Amino acid sequence: MDILFNVFVDPFLQMRAAPDLLVQTLWEGLVSGVLYALIALGFVLIFKASGVFNFAQGIMVVFAALTLVGFHEKGVPAWLAVALTLGVMALLAMAVERVVLRPLVNQPDIILFMATFGLTYVLIGLGEFIFGGEPKQMITEELFIPRGAIDVAVLGGRVTFQKIDIAAALIASLMIAGLALFFQYTRIGRALRAVADSHKAALSVGISLNQIWVIVWFAAGIVALITGIMWGARSDVSFALQVIALKALPVLILGGFTSIPGAIVGGLIIGLGEKLGEFYWGPLVGGGIENWVAYVIALAFLMVRPQGLFGDKIIERI
Amino acid sequence: MLYRETGQFKKTYAADMAVFPILQDRIGLAVILVVAAGFIPAFGSNFFLSSVMIPFLVFSLAAMGLNIITGYTGLISLGTGAFMGVGAYACYKLTTAFPGVNIVVWILVSGFFSAAIGAVFGLPSLRIKGFYLAVATLAAQFFLEWCFVRIPWLYNYAASGAIEVPTRTLLGIPVTGATATPTTRYLVILGLVVLLTWVASNILHGRIGRTFMAVRDMDIAAELMGIRLLPAKLMAFALSSFYCGVAGAVMMFLWYGGGEASDAFNINQSFNILFMVIIGGLGSLIGCFLGAALLNVVPIILKFGLPALGVPLGGATAEHINHLFVGGLIIFFLIVEPHGLARLWQIMKQKLRTWPFPY
Repeated sequence: MDILFNVFVDPFLQMRAAPDLLVQTLWEGLVSGVLYALIALGFVLIFKASGVFNFAQGIMVVFAALTLVGFHEKGVPAWLAVALTLGVMALLAMAVERVVLRPLVNQPDIILFMATFGLTYVLIGLGEFIFGGEPKQMITEELFIPRGAIDVAVLGGRVTFQKIDIAAALIASLMIAGLALFFQYTRIGRALRAVADSHKAALSVGISLNQIWVIVWFAAGIVALITGIMWGARSDVSFALQVIALKALPVLILGGFTSIPGAIVGGLIIGLGEKLGEFYWGPLVGGGIENWVAYVIALAFLMVRPQGLFGDKIIERI
Repeated sequence: MLYRETGQFKKTYAADMAVFPILQDRIGLAVILVVAAGFIPAFGSNFFLSSVMIPFLVFSLAAMGLNIITGYTGLISLGTGAFMGVGAYACYKLTTAFPGVNIVVWILVSGFFSAAIGAVFGLPSLRIKGFYLAVATLAAQFFLEWCFVRIPWLYNYAASGAIEVPTRTLLGIPVTGATATPTTRYLVILGLVVLLTWVASNILHGRIGRTFMAVRDMDIAAELMGIRLLPAKLMAFALSSFYCGVAGAVMMFLWYGGGEASDAFNINQSFNILFMVIIGGLGSLIGCFLGAALLNVVPIILKFGLPALGVPLGGATAEHINHLFVGGLIIFFLIVEPHGLARLWQIMKQKLRTWPFPY
């Protein structure tokens, strides 16, 4: 009975007793959810257009952030560094398409998945080789990202909002809106949606798959850069950041691999679940459950909907 | 000309269906076994035995475990490291609770604990497929990793949180602990690997193996043919985890000689073994050995070989180049031969059979 009380009743009593703490936890969950959604977005973009489960998205985030900081350290002004980094990501997209994707076209999914693993290792090696292994400071002032915190009185307590979190949430929403518009209303966006629907049909109406892949990987590179700036500003820019790719995976399976709204909703659910779970239920088992609780939430959803919340229905034919 | 089956007539169905139908293959296998059991321990230095051969055999065993689930049954698992950890901790608990029983017995028994855990985490596989399942197995990886750190009962409440391998003997000769020589450890591992490879080969060539392959090729079709999916998939998970568990126990007891599991059984280990399986060849036993050999030897060559040739390499730079090289190698092999080294080996054998008149 004691255990049941601790699991099912006590956390809710704690929430009622200190509503300001609850709001704080919710806010933190929301922010990390937005950031997870950003990484998941990079995955979804590539998966939709090429069917490749891109494991390298995590290291692309680190690589983009490192390139940006690296350029700035060489004395390049911030705006130019951003432009140059975008150029590097475009080059990377072209190289990946030319060297990895084109020879592997029509191979089974797992082979392409493994190829992105190889890409991960290459990027780790390359990044360490060029920039060194030690953590770097993200350039926040130069990019006009505010620092500091705002205290707000909520429900008889004080809740702290980090300005950078607010900025992250805003930028992420802007980017998601931008991507949605891009997909919906531009020529390239329509082509991307066509490719996502069916490679063969897209080819037959004259869409160049190779071009589309470059564009998609470049778009994922842009998402990676923004993610890198946001995550890097919250901590350091280091290779440890690439594990956030693993954090994004439960978001992906929760939202479905092919759905952009899924990535966002999934990110928010995982972020909130993770923080609430860690704060209210974590102490019962000794803490540190943040690493796997997201997977358990995602698994629970998957048991009910095997294709994720917003994923395309899986139809199997013999 | 040497490698040709001309004149070798098969008189029974069993002889025709043999795993090694060609006489030269059987001779080759015997030669490999003699070299592995005789020449290498007799002439290999301690360094060669403990940093090349022992890791190679341990990784081959783990790769075999993963290959059963991913290569033969078609279910991608990213929890190999954790299942290996279960084996290591089970073996540790068993041998400290019952020190009288032979350690080799406990190493094999610990595989069953791992198999049970594997079957539990294999339950979602009936409903979830493909990459969704791969991510679901990550849940096993992270949850078990967390258990290894947070449940002190598993490491007998040691303050360091590490496994301390006690000295255990086999026929009066120490095989684990600080006093065991690399030669004895190597021979024990070799015996286990040969035994388990033989068992795996028999299982996979038999009815169970064919069930797995039918499930891999299309599980709905397999179900329509009368294969019960849940037992088949759970069996694949259990068998795979058994091999991984034994590999983990062997790794901890006969190679590392103790240490913290969070380093040895983390997610990178799982990926590492997945590389071996993919590069070696999915759905092939010899591929496990080839993949483990390649991915095990490359870092050693980079670490010790290049400085010997006069190319100066610091430890950190070697690490970076290693990453770069392994990544490039994976992409290269996938492009050249997506079916892995095992397929290259087959092609080579075919060429050898028809040489010097290929037409």
